[in-house]
Amino acid sequence: MARILSLDTSTEACSVALKLDDEVLENFQLQPRKHTQLLLPMVEEILAEAGVKLQQLDAIAFANGPGSFTGLRIATGVTQGLAFGADLPVIPVTTLETMAFTLFRERFAHYIISSLDARMGEVYWAAYHWNGNGFDCIAQPEVIAPDQVSLINPIEDADWVGAGNGWQLLDQFSPVMQSLVQQTYPDLLPQAGDIARLAELYWQQGKTVSAEEAIPVYLRDNVAFKKGEGPHQAK
Amino acid sequence: MRVLGIETSCDETGLAIYDSEQGLLAHALFSQIDMHIPYGGVVPELASRDHVRKLLPLTKQVMAEANCNAEEIDAICYTAGPGLIGALMVGASTAQALAMAWGKPCLGVHHMEGHLLAPMLEEKPPEFPFVALLVSGGHTQLIDVQGIGQYEMLGESIDDAAGEAFDKAAKMMGLPYPGGPHIARFAEQGTPGKYLFPRPMTNRPGLDFSFSGLKTFTLNTVEAAKEANNGELSDQERADIALAFQDAVVDTLLIKCKRALKQAGRKTLVIAGGVSANKDLRAKLEVTLSGMGGQVFYPRNEFCTDNGAMIAYAGCQRLMAGHTNDKQIKVQPRWPLTDLPPLDLPTDKASD
Repeated sequence: MARILSLDTSTEACSVALKLDDEVLENFQLQPRKHTQLLLPMVEEILAEAGVKLQQLDAIAFANGPGSFTGLRIATGVTQGLAFGADLPVIPVTTLETMAFTLFRERFAHYIISSLDARMGEVYWAAYHWNGNGFDCIAQPEVIAPDQVSLINPIEDADWVGAGNGWQLLDQFSPVMQSLVQQTYPDLLPQAGDIARLAELYWQQGKTVSAEEAIPVYLRDNVAFKKGEGPHQAK
Repeated sequence: MRVLGIETSCDETGLAIYDSEQGLLAHALFSQIDMHIPYGGVVPELASRDHVRKLLPLTKQVMAEANCNAEEIDAICYTAGPGLIGALMVGASTAQALAMAWGKPCLGVHHMEGHLLAPMLEEKPPEFPFVALLVSGGHTQLIDVQGIGQYEMLGESIDDAAGEAFDKAAKMMGLPYPGGPHIARFAEQGTPGKYLFPRPMTNRPGLDFSFSGLKTFTLNTVEAAKEANNGELSDQERADIALAFQDAVVDTLLIKCKRALKQAGRKTLVIAGGVSANKDLRAKLEVTLSGMGGQVFYPRNEFCTDNGAMIAYAGCQRLMAGHTNDKQIKVQPRWPLTDLPPLDLPTDKASD
């Protein structure tokens, strides 16, 4: 068992958690645009509460995306700073898998399609199956229009559930997907406690990176147009 | 006191370690210019993304070059503003977290105070008081500097910054971003007197600048030159226009600097910011100042543009006076230089 500090600022929520040998402390705040004020004091508080020093931890886990670009960079910057400063390895965890894990833990769901609203008429999404020891990724994370979301192999008799605010756009998904998904949890957000729990699995598999390798996975990479190629041509 | 300085306000990731006893120990810079060129200017989102990739590798590099470990660094400083909010956030969040992990104080530094104090890193630094001309892509300001944090704004641009005017004029002439060095290079081949550009706002009193009219004048001149040559701008025409444009900007800055020095009763001028690397501007200011019995100071070329050394230096001065921030990731994309507290203000007021 590893001692892991975890951080998430990928959505309007800001959360930190501390996974010790057999307990998980968590502080989850739903305070949009307050991440910069809240995050570091929350880290300090949770460490103080447990009476643990940063240097006594085994790793730092963080939600590396997809999500709000600025939010991802706040958690990344703090993770890089803490991990480099305390000489700790980093465990990056996908927001979409974190939400799937929350539904597994709370609802015992085994087939989960996670989706976050990506704005601009698109969603981030991925599909997971809990195999008893961890998740198989049935569909890799991507950013796409909701009506383009589809499972190539939907698995017979699987009870699919939807996690995340991408499902607030349920009526924009294809009829096939709408009927495939039995239930949705559109208010579910990534939370640091489950990032820490998933990170424990990754830790056991040796899936760690160095502080400087801890970088966001945005999924949306076309963020600007080159001269003469886009609708906003340079004058 | 030994300080790690982090600069990420725009398109350059700059790191440095400054020691108040030993001076600058190491500095490293990564410029994203090549990445932004295809877009015709800095793309803020891409700038932020790149800072995330470069910050720690450059930190390691300066620590290795300065041959110092974490215990030997007494504090961390980062550029808190003004600048691109997303880019600033990268430096701020990493700096604050690193400071927490190291158990060291942290301070957000004003980017323009960094530029203003950059000449202090040279062997012969200027002495207070002086008049400073800050000229970059984002700023054109004349400031009376009595000491650190004691700034009086004498004049500033009411529209485009001088560096911005260089960039835009370069674009009109089909020259790449950033425009300053390209225009200066073409100007060397220009025919003196071929064109005469206006010197905006010099024929009336005051120390404010305006460069947007010059931009329009340049556009009209470029269009006329193209029309006379089958829609093409020849390299000679380009050089002639570049020279006339540069002369106009340099002359305007010169006139206002002279006026500012007289008004403030100073004999020392400090120039800083990207445009202060312009050779023509430096040469003409040297002549002007020596004619007035004064002296002009500027940073070495690599510290005219954004860099970590100036942030480490400026931060170190304030930290030694007891200024620090609380543990929030604080950035101020818009932050007037004159809002800064003087150095000797009690720390509880200075931390805001």
